[in-house]
Amino acid sequence: MENKASAIVMKPNDSVATVVEEVQAGSDVLLEVNGATRTVHVTQRIPFGHKFALKDIAKGEMVIKYGEAIGAATQDIQIGQHVHVHNVESCRGRGDKQAK
Amino acid sequence: MEFMGYRRSDGSVGIRNHVLVMPTVVCANRVARGIAQNVQGAVWFEHQHGCSQIGADAALTEKILLQHGTHPNVSGVVVVGLGCETIRAQDIAAEIKRQCPYKTVHCVIMQDEGGSFKAIAAGSSAAQKMLMEASLLEREPINASELILGTECGGSDACSGMSANPALGYASDLLIDAGGTVILAETPELIGAEHLVAARAVNEQVAKRCYEVIQQREDGAKAMGVDMRGGNPTPGNIEGGLTTIEEKSLGCVYKGGTRPLQDVIDYGDKITKKGLIWMDTPGNDIEQLTAMVAGGCHIVVFTTGRGTATGSPIAPTVKIATNTAMYEKMNDNMDGNAGTVITGEETIQQVGQRIFDEILRVASGKRTKAELLGQNDFSISRIGPSM
Repeated sequence: MENKASAIVMKPNDSVATVVEEVQAGSDVLLEVNGATRTVHVTQRIPFGHKFALKDIAKGEMVIKYGEAIGAATQDIQIGQHVHVHNVESCRGRGDKQAK
Repeated sequence: MEFMGYRRSDGSVGIRNHVLVMPTVVCANRVARGIAQNVQGAVWFEHQHGCSQIGADAALTEKILLQHGTHPNVSGVVVVGLGCETIRAQDIAAEIKRQCPYKTVHCVIMQDEGGSFKAIAAGSSAAQKMLMEASLLEREPINASELILGTECGGSDACSGMSANPALGYASDLLIDAGGTVILAETPELIGAEHLVAARAVNEQVAKRCYEVIQQREDGAKAMGVDMRGGNPTPGNIEGGLTTIEEKSLGCVYKGGTRPLQDVIDYGDKITKKGLIWMDTPGNDIEQLTAMVAGGCHIVVFTTGRGTATGSPIAPTVKIATNTAMYEKMNDNMDGNAGTVITGEETIQQVGQRIFDEILRVASGKRTKAELLGQNDFSISRIGPSM
């Protein structure tokens, strides 16, 4: 199943793409990065505006969007998987991680 | 590049001729509303403040109220007080008149007038006269360099950073290149993007301030002992695809454009410099809107992905949708659509130019959806306890 041009990659070194229409699990999504097109097999349903991984991301690794770190992976994330609050945490404003 | 505005006798420029009915204390809200509803065309706001406040907290409330009264979009002010409050209506009224002799200012104090009905009657008569005077003023061509634009995003989604915010950034650059002023604010929504703004600071001091205000806001979040996620990004932001504050901030920062950062100023401080200015405010939409308008923003462009109705009582608030689905679904609240960037129908530059053209049209008198809906949102940040 192909789902054309339904995801946007903001910067060439980003590790995630943002979908601009809902993508069903098992879709092949066509992307444009630096003028070149590539296809990524998306393995989970991705709601409108949400992200999937463009590469395998190891637990603890920074997730990159807009060419900048948007947080750290809390578990290993495989290419094509949904990337959101269930597997990425913020590194900022973390009062819950302050020494008590 | 010009728009049609009002030149005040002190040289300042307004884009509206509002008669504002302003309570200085929560206890006067009902009377202020009664006055404004009696006189077609008057605007008002309500708030929870004005009494049992002390020190810097009382001073901040007083500053924000006063600077709504002195705002050049306002030609007349009815100041309403109860009579025994901390922030006294007669003091605010006198100070507005002292700073802006061109304005008509009237003070109504409920305890002196003899109750709500008499206070409403006195204020209504005054407001009626002010509106008749205001209707005689005429617009004239004014250079775009005199415009101060506030930028804001709220109810953000993942499209905010890809469509409406970059397009608003393009419009911000156009206004700055024309000699005007643009305000970037909502400091917590720059956490994770502060290095990008600081790199554009005109000097070391301004760059240092960028990191200081971020540190203060981040420390404030940490002091609460919880993860700030849920408060910001909000549940709606998260549903819209934003995962962390860093991601939200990196999309948010686009709306200030790409020009050098001239200064970092405090909440509601009067805006005196040209170019891009960072005002240190919370991310809370209405507290930010209120501070930017108090600082002197003539107009606010507000991008939204989830959809919001908000608008200042005295500064036209232009709402730009980040996606076409919401633009169509909440069309009675949206003034423009940037969703065409997502669908590939338009470029960021094309939408940015449309936003800039709309800014000049609204500055010249075109009414916004929020104005037609009577939005009068107003909220002041509290920085101290109630006594």
